[in-house]
Amino acid sequence: MKPRTYVHALILGTFCLGFGFVLAVTDRVTTEPIADRALEDKLNSLAQVLPEGLHDNNPIEDAVTLPGPHDKEITVYRALRDGQVTGVAYEIRGSGYAGEIRLMLGVDANGQILGVRAIAHKETPGLGDKIEVKKGDWILHFAGRALGNPAADGWKVKKDGGSFDQFAGATITPRGVVAAVRGGLEFFATHKTRLMEVN
Amino acid sequence: MAHSYRQIARDGLWDNNGVLCMLLGMCPAMAMTTSATNGLGMGLATAAVMAASNLLVALFRERITQEVRIPVYILIVAAMVTIVDLTMNAWLHELYKVLGLFIPLIVSNCLPLARLEAFAAKEPILPSLLDGIFMGLGFTLALTAIGAVREIIGSGTLFADASLLLGPAFHFMELRLLPANTGVLMMILPPGGFLTAGLMVVVKRMLDVRAGKGIQMTGAHSVA
Repeated sequence: MKPRTYVHALILGTFCLGFGFVLAVTDRVTTEPIADRALEDKLNSLAQVLPEGLHDNNPIEDAVTLPGPHDKEITVYRALRDGQVTGVAYEIRGSGYAGEIRLMLGVDANGQILGVRAIAHKETPGLGDKIEVKKGDWILHFAGRALGNPAADGWKVKKDGGSFDQFAGATITPRGVVAAVRGGLEFFATHKTRLMEVN
Repeated sequence: MAHSYRQIARDGLWDNNGVLCMLLGMCPAMAMTTSATNGLGMGLATAAVMAASNLLVALFRERITQEVRIPVYILIVAAMVTIVDLTMNAWLHELYKVLGLFIPLIVSNCLPLARLEAFAAKEPILPSLLDGIFMGLGFTLALTAIGAVREIIGSGTLFADASLLLGPAFHFMELRLLPANTGVLMMILPPGGFLTAGLMVVVKRMLDVRAGKGIQMTGAHSVA
């Protein structure tokens, strides 16, 4: 083996070590701000579905984790006022036209929807993205709905014989959202006793 | 090979523009130009990576042997991209939510690697740094221009959400040129990117031909 090989290996190794160190330092410095930003994001999306007057606690601190559908765990953030659960919020997932749609669903203690907001999706800009609150008011129409309002067979888009509007040119996205919200409400009904318990 | 600083600036911004002349870095030029603001943000992030990696390669160019130079360059670019990624996530979070998915793709953008190989590996520190900055700014310019055309035709706005990128003081840049919901959707979708970028290359070459310069093809051959 030519001795030069060691030289190359040494150079490459030194660079790896050096930049590895630089990256470690950057990671150390940014860990805390990044965690803060993630928490702010979560608080923002919670604040939109759990109205301010509903709670006097920090819903993130009073969270419970329950088994959801498809073996996934769902973390439920609970709004408490005077020690009583007044509402809960949790993330639900629907399947859209271009992959998963993540939504935040807020439900009050009676199972009525407080609000739904899209957190992340990859739907077509200009068509499916009307589920975002800044692009349209469609998603606001879920507020006040519950299981039974409309009845079980009404939890579909109008095209499928249900009572929710679809968008011109986009049916799959609203269909996915309606199904996800309905699934979210069923999750609430299943776990209601556990969710209302204050430990 | 001596370069005047003026020539480096001209090359990076126009004559040898990364996107419009060398046709490098087409992936971000397609994916991130759905609006002028996105193009600007992606361009500036790429420019930061290019300036830093050009500087580092020029600094260590005597130490990096020919045999291991490509892994070392990729290591340097990847490290710079990771630093930009983490920094933006921590301190430019709103923008990060828009661009975050695409920042790691700068590693696979062949423009930074092309400039390391074609320029920084042979030149002193200051010209290399300038080359990184101006090539990066040229890239930014091209992406912003493509983004602006697609945004105006596709959504009817210009520089929407620019205040998220540049701060609240730049709110005045956000224009609505056409009424809402009148945009041509195709321009926001991938075909619009190809059409716009292609037409811009044509326009640039026509301007160059008119200026009597012909078609310049320099420095683009070394990296595929």
